[in-house]
Amino acid sequence: MELVLGKPNQDVFAATLLELAQHDPNILVVTSDSRGSGKLVPFGQTLPDQLIEVGIAEQNLVGVSAGLASAGKKVFAVSPACFLTTRALEQIKNDVAYSNNPVRVVGISAGVSYGALGSTHHSLHDFAALRTVNNIDIMVPADNFETRQAVLAAMHHPRPMYLRFGKRAVYDLHTPDTPFEIGKAIKLREGGDVTFIASGETVAPAVLAAERLAGVGISCRVLSMHTLKPFDTEAVKQAARETHAIITVEEHSICGGLGEACASILMQGGYHVPFNIVGIPDEDTVTGSQAEIFNHYGISAEGLAATAQALLQVEQPS
Amino acid sequence: MDVQTLQLKSVAYRKTILEIIKQSGAGHTAGSLSCVDILNVLYNHVMNVSPENFTDPNRDRYIQSKGHSVEALYTVLADKGFYSREALATLNKYQSKFIGHPTRKVYGIEQNTGALGHGLSLAVGTALAAKKDGRSYRVYTLLGDGELAEGSSWEASMTAAHYQLDNLVVIIDRNTLQITGRTEEVNGLEPLEDKFTAFGYAVRHVDGNDITALIDAFGQVPFVPNKPNLILAHTVKGKGISFMEDTAKWHHRVPSDEEFAKAIEELNLAEVKLKAAV
Repeated sequence: MELVLGKPNQDVFAATLLELAQHDPNILVVTSDSRGSGKLVPFGQTLPDQLIEVGIAEQNLVGVSAGLASAGKKVFAVSPACFLTTRALEQIKNDVAYSNNPVRVVGISAGVSYGALGSTHHSLHDFAALRTVNNIDIMVPADNFETRQAVLAAMHHPRPMYLRFGKRAVYDLHTPDTPFEIGKAIKLREGGDVTFIASGETVAPAVLAAERLAGVGISCRVLSMHTLKPFDTEAVKQAARETHAIITVEEHSICGGLGEACASILMQGGYHVPFNIVGIPDEDTVTGSQAEIFNHYGISAEGLAATAQALLQVEQPS
Repeated sequence: MDVQTLQLKSVAYRKTILEIIKQSGAGHTAGSLSCVDILNVLYNHVMNVSPENFTDPNRDRYIQSKGHSVEALYTVLADKGFYSREALATLNKYQSKFIGHPTRKVYGIEQNTGALGHGLSLAVGTALAAKKDGRSYRVYTLLGDGELAEGSSWEASMTAAHYQLDNLVVIIDRNTLQITGRTEEVNGLEPLEDKFTAFGYAVRHVDGNDITALIDAFGQVPFVPNKPNLILAHTVKGKGISFMEDTAKWHHRVPSDEEFAKAIEELNLAEVKLKAAV
């Protein structure tokens, strides 16, 4: 199976937003010297009155965005995820979520997009941090299609939302007529042996691993869990009922993210299924390109296939 | 509303603040007493906001960044008719909406605050929205002086000046005390006027416990076209109660029965004097 390379998700985010904002002057983008990395230069050139620059000040970025949203503006607060969700976490928690100002908080260059730049520039904590904050939904699109759908859905979403995009070109995974709904996982592939539950840019390696495993007679279900909040609990339970093992995959610390969300559902639901969380371990993260870091931690077709085979052996020792 | 009426309201507000804190067994006593005259003038003389127009997009906005002095805000909003004075009996009680910091669950409150250093960015965003929409409302925000150590306030100040938000009015409750002691001993703030001027504000000083002076100061807004307004309101923490005035220990102390009785007695006396003057 050949996957076709699309654009970086944050390019699609910016293009979709520009398209929408040209018809709605109430849509505002707020940036913290981040319009370049957010691919928002065309937006600023086309709609200068709809782009608000606050300089390198993430706390202020979020607070100002919350104030604008409280006055009825449809606000997208855009900044690298690594800074936005640490430095401005209190503003996200209080000014956006707690005060219920429906800002769309947009973390760009997320995960290990800036892999070579070191831990200052990695966001491997944002799922964990924001999952614990009441009243903010979390979306992590896998490809260009999901990105566009997430932006369209965010436009009419009544609650605060966090959207997370990477900066590398990603494979197209869906056809344009794929149903998309906030909080509803998309089944990319059906199978009975193993389920890969993946989020964001780790969905493509999961799809490629499933393809590889099919070659050795192991059939895999692949779910794109593009929404971490509200969480598609039923899709996880269904995978536990209908397949023999579950592997979660995320561009995030293995602590507090997608994997532990699934583990919680499985444990509390009484499901006993071989289970493995693949992500970035709790260590001094290796540096390099996103692809190199993914390979290093087994977030690759080869690595995930090996994990699946090992997990099935645990289940079937004969 | 005339000055004497407002002065009498301030005395009544101080009584209510002490009563609800005493009844609740918790509260930020001295900070509420220091800023209540400012709130009195804002809500009863300056701002176009009432229970009737609170959902009107053209209403003036007040965002209390020093959220811990919520007892003053709850008291003034009750008097404005947003809810009854009796409702405040549930302050800090189990499942009460009247919690120890401003919350939008209470009708009349614009933003949830309580963590310091947040109100100014919220106010900047709200004022910027007015400019974008061509609306004439103003946005008032009250900051504590101790709060100014939070760097986010200065980030927001840069943006206020950059976007020339002359519809923004920042009031500093400059009572010179924070929970640990004097602001100048904890982490010096001065020269505040120079700092705010350098950050692009048009700055005015006012006696923040003087109704007439406050009316005059707010009446001059905008101080300078295209500049955000900043009022350094020189106040006395614990104002109005002799033994609470200008002492750090009353930051969040609840008066004993004896102290409470003495405080109410002082306020009754102040009321008598004001009425006699009329």
